[in-house]
Formats: sequence, C-alpha cells, structure tokens
Amino acid sequence: MSARIVHIATNTFREAVRDRVLYNLIVFALLMSGASILVGQISIDIERLVVINLGLTAVSLFGMVIAIFIGIGLVSKEIEKRTLYTVLSRPVRRWEFIVGKFFGLAGTLAVNTFFMAIGVFGSLLYVSRHFQKQDGWVLVALYFIVLQFLIITALTLFFSSFSSPLLSAVFAFSLFVIGSFAEDLRGFAAITQGATRWLATGAAYLVPNFSALNVISLVAHAQPVSGQLILYNSAYALIYATMAICGAVLVFERRNLK
Amino acid sequence: MAAIEILGLEKTYSVGFWRKKPKYALRPLNLTIQEGEIFGFLGPNGAGKTTTLKLLMGLIFPTAGSARILGMEVDDPLMKAQIGFLPEQPYFYDYLTARELLDYYGQLSGVDPKQRSRKVNEVLQRVGLPDAGAVQLRKFSKGMLQRVGIAQAILHDPKVVFLDEPMSGLDPMGRREVRDLMEQLKLEGKTVFFSTHILSDAEALCDRVAIINQGDLQGVGAVADLTSSVHGKVEVVWQGPAVPPALRALGAECHVTGETVRAILSEANQDAAIEALRRERLRLISVTPVRTSLEDYFMQKLQPTLATSGARA
Repeated sequence: MSARIVHIATNTFREAVRDRVLYNLIVFALLMSGASILVGQISIDIERLVVINLGLTAVSLFGMVIAIFIGIGLVSKEIEKRTLYTVLSRPVRRWEFIVGKFFGLAGTLAVNTFFMAIGVFGSLLYVSRHFQKQDGWVLVALYFIVLQFLIITALTLFFSSFSSPLLSAVFAFSLFVIGSFAEDLRGFAAITQGATRWLATGAAYLVPNFSALNVISLVAHAQPVSGQLILYNSAYALIYATMAICGAVLVFERRNLK
Repeated sequence: MAAIEILGLEKTYSVGFWRKKPKYALRPLNLTIQEGEIFGFLGPNGAGKTTTLKLLMGLIFPTAGSARILGMEVDDPLMKAQIGFLPEQPYFYDYLTARELLDYYGQLSGVDPKQRSRKVNEVLQRVGLPDAGAVQLRKFSKGMLQRVGIAQAILHDPKVVFLDEPMSGLDPMGRREVRDLMEQLKLEGKTVFFSTHILSDAEALCDRVAIINQGDLQGVGAVADLTSSVHGKVEVVWQGPAVPPALRALGAECHVTGETVRAILSEANQDAAIEALRRERLRLISVTPVRTSLEDYFMQKLQPTLATSGARA
C-alpha cells in the first residue's frame, strides 16, 4: 500500500480519536453493564441470549451511526474547510486520498468494535460466570458486523463524494434500512411478474445485503455459522465495498473543488 | 528555463437552472514565468486570481488550454513534490498541533523521515513560530494560521512557491516578515508566484507582474518598465512658508504641508521654477521626474472594465 494512503488513514483515525468519537464506548459500557445487571435479575435461563442479542445489536447500531456521521464529512468537510487544497497540491493522487480516508474510518470502526466486543464478552461472563464453546460464534457475528461497517463506510464515502452531508446521511441510512431487508426484497421480487419483477430484482441485488450479514439471532441461539457463509459474506463485502470506493474515486477524480 | 508556462488556460462554469448560461471565470490566459522570478498576479477581488491558482494546482479542471510547471503537467506527482502552495485564508486540521500538521504534510510530500523533525523546527523558526509547535491549531490567531500556511508551503524545500494572498490577515510586522521571506526565497533561487490586491507589496517585491480583471489578462511586464514611463512633468520640493507668485505663473500645481511645498509642473518650466526659487532664497530639496506608479498603471488598466461595468449598471 502506498505510504501516502497510510499517512492519510492514520490522520483520519487521529481526527476521530481527537474529536472524541470513541467516547461512545463509555455510553456502550454503561449500557452493557446496566443491561447485564438487569438481565441477571429478571431472566431465567435466557440471560445469555438476551445479552448476546442486545450487545451485538448495540455494537452494530453504534458502529453504523459512527460510520455514517463521520463518513458523510470525510470528503465534504475537507472541501468546505479547504484543508483538501494543501493535501492535493502535494504528490497525493485523488484516489489515494479517498482510499486513505476509507481505511482511516474503517480502522476507527475496527478499534471501536474491538472495545465494544470486550464489553459484550464481559457482560456474558458476568451473567453466566464462565465462557462456553459456542460463544466463539459471537466472534463470527462481530466479524460480519465489521463487514457491514466496511460496506456502509464505502457507500457513505461514495455519496459524500458528490452530495451534501445531509443528503449523504439520508442516502446511506436509507440503504442501511433497505439493505437490512434485502432478503425480503428478493423474496418479493420472486413473486412479482413482468417489469415489476425486473425492477424489484434489480433493486434487491443493487442494495447491500445486510440481512445475510446479520447472524446475531443465530449465534444468540448458539447455532453454528457455516464456513461457506463466512466465505461468501467475506467475498461479497469485499467486492461491494471495492465497487463503492471505485465509484467514489470515479466521481471525485472529475470533481472541481470550488 | 520557464518555471511556469500557461497556454490558453480557460475556465467557464455553466450557471442557471438548466446550466445553459456560461460564466467566464478565466478567459484564455497565456503567461510564462521564468525560474527565479518573483511574479505578482494582481487584480481586484473576484478577478480570477484564485481560479488561476486552483487550475495550476489541479484542484479544478480547465475548460480549455493547458499549463506546465517545471516542464511537467499540473497533475504530475513528480512536479507536485517540487512545489509549495498557500491557499487564500488557509484553514488546517485544528485538532493537530502546528508540529504534527507540518510533520503530516512532510510525510505527504515525501520528506525524508530522518530530516523531517529538523525541517519542521527550522521552518517554524523561519515563520516566527518557534514556540508554538506544541499548540493545537484551534488556539491559533488568523495571523498565526497564515504563518503556519507559509511554513507548510516551504517545508519541503520546493522549487516553485505559489502564495494566494500571503499578506492577508497579517499585521504590518508580519507583512514585513513575509516580504523578507519572499526575498530570501528568491535569493535561494526559488520561483515565487503570488497573488495579491495590495499593490505596494507587489511594487516592493516583484520582478514582473500581471494584471487580471474579470478573468481577462489586462497587462504583464516588469515592474520597472510599467512604472518608468514619464508624464513629461516634474515634482519640485522646497522648504518655505509660501508659494512664490512666479511659480504660480508657471502653472505649478502646489501642495503645502507645514514648511514643505510640493509643486508639479511641466518639465519645460523646470529651469524657470528653480531660478524663481533661487531668487526668493528658498531652500530647494529635490527635483524628480513624475513617473507612473504601479497603482496608476493598475487603475489605467482597470478603467475600461470599470467604465463598462458602470455603463451596464
């Protein structure tokens, strides 16, 4: 990887840390501690299920909010404040800037998820006093959540390369919601006819399939996740995020920075 | 060798709901700036100075024409490693300290990691911020930010330095320091291309200037040439309580300031005026030919466009 991409990514990560983005971890820690104590008192035999469901859903939502709200400003804020001028007047190619920003935010989200994961496992330990073999599947669910973050970060970056922060947030959040029901959309497409079928099928495959990347319920019920699904999801997230970044680069390469 | 070659560079924006109406930000511009020159790009606000600089930096794309810096295309990373740029009213990552920011820019410019720290300290010293390296930029005043802006533009020892309104936001001391710095850069053999609307700065610093207005190049030349045309008038200065009637009779235009009198009169009457002062036993201080100042030249070049805009209004 180009050294300039690493420098831009490091600076993006440093910005997130200095802007106190990781403070959300305190809220998350409080939420998990409170939930564990509460669940421990009111649930019988399903403490683990509730903690895993609640913990992983919170990890996913916190991360999505951070990905969208930082992502929308990654490019537009740099243009608005003209900090980009002193970067692009150096031997930095526009695609390097976009890719560096992506890795910077992805790194921030990975670190954030790591600390939140410690919180989830801490809560699990609190309610059940010991870890079980099937708790390992929680790690797979967390890996899929990180893959979702990569996709949404790339999409937000794509939107922010040509539209305003507000519109970028609306587009990205809409895609997150629609993508969470992608399997239903595909089911709907299968039962329609004619042009509607074409349109629905196109839309179903165009939106990111977040429902395939959501195995929270499965791991909460201690069900295993197949190796094939891990492989498919990894390839899918990689291809989808790469395509979204390529789109962002294509738009940004032609953009006049007024 | 030419440091900067601009060939028919043009920028047009489409405005209006259906984007049909063209707005000319820069009409075809042709300029050549030689290595080692301090070149002033002058014009009123909105003249097209910043548009030209953005085109040269590859921040916006030209509608037509091209430019080469150090013989390379404007998007060539090899060229960009050899130039420095200070944008107008610069703003930087305010969560960083001055030293961190310069270190980051040094990394992006490919400055050797072993020398980076030394270069950062040197450049902070050079712009008058030796003790502000550890301070976050959000605590900097406008003038300090301008100094950091200049520091990042020269940090990597570039061959060509582009400065967009470098004196903006600086107090008289700061302006003097920046002027000295620009002269020092010239002595080091660097080419300095700077935009300004402060004519006294340009007159004091530049080897050559170009005047631009409403996206159109109005004139270009050496400051000495532009300001050397003589009006055929002389300025006579002497010390005395009043203007002798003989000088009034020569058609002198007089201004009295305390004990000093300045008179502008035709060059043909110069000897007669000196004789009249001698007769009156007044102390002659100087006799100098009246030359066109850069301001006169600037106003003269802008007059037709001002008249056209006035007529349109």
